Amino acid sequence: MDLYPPTGLARRRHLLSIGDLERADVERILETAEGFESVMHRDVKKVPTLRGRTVMNVFFESSTRTSSSFELAAKRLSADTVNLKASGSSVDKGESLKDTVLTLSAYDPDVIVIRHPQAGAPALVTRHTDAHVVNAGDGKHQHPTQSLLDLYTIRKALGQVEGLQVAIVGDVLHSRVARSNIQALRLLGAEVLLVGPPALIPRDAAAAMGVTVSYDIGDIAEADVVYVLRMQRERMLEGANYVPSLTEYSALWGVTPERVQPSQLVMHPGPINRGVEIAAEVADSASSRIVDQVRAGLVTRMAVLYDLLTEPTTRGGQAALRAVEPAGQEVA
Amino acid sequence: MQLTQREAPPADLLIKGARLVDGASGLEGPQLDVRIASGVIAEVGSSLDPAGAEMIDADGLTMTPGLVDPHVHLRTPGDEDEEDIASGTRAAAAGGFVAILAMPNTSPVVDSAAVLNGLITRASEQAVVATGFFAAITRGLEGRELVDMAELAARGAVGFSDDGRPVERAGMLRRALQYSSVTGRKLSLHEEDLTLTAGAQMHEGAVSAELGLHGYPSIGESVMVGRDLQIARYEGAPLHLCHISAAESVAEIRRAKELGVAVTAEVSPHHLCLTDELVRDLDPAVSKMSPPLRSDADRAALVEALADGTLDCVGTDHAPHRAHEKEVPFEAAPNGVIGLETAFAAVYTNLVEPGLVPLATVLERMSTGPARAFGLPAPALRVGRPVHHGRETAPSEGARCRDGAR
Repeated sequence: MDLYPPTGLARRRHLLSIGDLERADVERILETAEGFESVMHRDVKKVPTLRGRTVMNVFFESSTRTSSSFELAAKRLSADTVNLKASGSSVDKGESLKDTVLTLSAYDPDVIVIRHPQAGAPALVTRHTDAHVVNAGDGKHQHPTQSLLDLYTIRKALGQVEGLQVAIVGDVLHSRVARSNIQALRLLGAEVLLVGPPALIPRDAAAAMGVTVSYDIGDIAEADVVYVLRMQRERMLEGANYVPSLTEYSALWGVTPERVQPSQLVMHPGPINRGVEIAAEVADSASSRIVDQVRAGLVTRMAVLYDLLTEPTTRGGQAALRAVEPAGQEVA
Repeated sequence: MQLTQREAPPADLLIKGARLVDGASGLEGPQLDVRIASGVIAEVGSSLDPAGAEMIDADGLTMTPGLVDPHVHLRTPGDEDEEDIASGTRAAAAGGFVAILAMPNTSPVVDSAAVLNGLITRASEQAVVATGFFAAITRGLEGRELVDMAELAARGAVGFSDDGRPVERAGMLRRALQYSSVTGRKLSLHEEDLTLTAGAQMHEGAVSAELGLHGYPSIGESVMVGRDLQIARYEGAPLHLCHISAAESVAEIRRAKELGVAVTAEVSPHHLCLTDELVRDLDPAVSKMSPPLRSDADRAALVEALADGTLDCVGTDHAPHRAHEKEVPFEAAPNGVIGLETAFAAVYTNLVEPGLVPLATVLERMSTGPARAFGLPAPALRVGRPVHHGRETAPSEGARCRDGAR
């Protein structure tokens, strides 16, 4: 994975944006994740692969899925973990991100996983640490590990991503998941359709990101995968009137049982707002892969940590095999 | 109107063999000697005798009139740890500027005679190049009450500007334009419709769509340009437009000039040389400013407009910040980049060398153009004209820019 070494520091591989990955990188990580899958079914779900390594999870924004799965991923690989949340840390005392990073880097972590409400925070972190940096979501910019787990989920359900039609529905403007996923899906050969209110689809989306844009929810009928986004009210400017009301939004763009077919896969990065962007019946239906996505998050993040901390080989399968030798064997 | 600088002993020197280029007088290319006696150009010719004066061998160098910058932020009073009159004017001298005009969005705002007088006094002690000060259009830049414009003009304000903010209300702008005719000083306007730019981090376009940064659409500037040009036309009042960045604004200005509106407009070196593609690095120290770096089509329109005179002058919008304020995530950083030391080198490298704009035109837009826009004496390479001899050296910009100014 030839990932964006920051200038001025020792060459380090980071995972900041899907846009920096090549198809081979993504496929290698997904294969590694598959290798880890078997570990999940054992009684002892831990391997010694990253013993002695330190992973710091630094979350400046609330998170359930991402923070818990990064923590568990590191622990399943036997790495030491430090979990820091913005509240209860020196950030409350006015410490800058740069100073927080310099402080944490004094412990020589191998990986810093960062989530931050502002785009560009992970890029800033790379300028002040020798650790590998993983972007766990920055502002409306990127959320690359979410995309990797979504690709993993789609591949598992449908066999491949190449040639699929994926409709991303809802508040694309404020969604880092949408931005990462558009790049990831196209990298693996899928076609992407964006559906939502005009003000919530970036004006230049079609030209900039190689997607088709529609304001008509009826256009999701042809899609193999319907990927639903939450209305991210916490990121919206006050009084911006992107849509007149959530009632209007649900009426025009809500993913309801009559708008999806049983043959279509329904996904959502969570947290979901039942009855707003997705009807409860759809979220709980057999088409829904929402819980599978969460499960995929664990092995995918294990694969990302593994990939950053080991020299990637061109044959991901082999790398994964090495990674999953059970803990007991190596100790013996 | 008043430009102020520290007294310095008048120069006596002979500059040998410089290539003289002067956009205003049409002088281009002859290799000549220039004798300066008691701070005034005394003689221009071949093989002049140094007659004991200090001599500078300028073989291989180009000599031009000094540059004039109609738009800088000296951060004084209030933020002297970012810039002060001494450091800002030294930067100007290093960039080849002989006169600069400073914006009034300071702490406190330059909206009273007391603050303006204080600045002029400080400039007389510290400024190494001639420095003029704008006063605000409205008290506290709040857009509610006009400052005492006549008094401020009498005390030496070079013009009026709420730069950093637009004059939001059309009625207020109309009153300011009407009254500016009494003062004989121009308004210099920051054009932005805040309802279109709320939350903006960068230009709205393909790159912002991809990066997920909230966009500042080009119409966020041009609708205000259009509005204010209509008001100026109606009132028959002259006005100056700051840091034009969008192709749509250029079209508005071109049309207004055809209709006879007395508008002058400025463009920054960064908008002439860079585009929003630079924002991809997410380093706010180099790519975050307002108005934002725009698309390559906008940049091309600005270059064309500078060449044909639709845009009258280059203004750096030199806006220093504390280093730690820029060492934050892109979205948390303040707007603004510095420009005084590198303006000429950047424009020369990106516009003159590729053959987009002739050197003489660039010099006109960076010297006579801004001087004329604000009624200042235009620097010129002519016998009898004063010479401001600075000794600051511009920093090397490595491979990115050719030849700084001296």
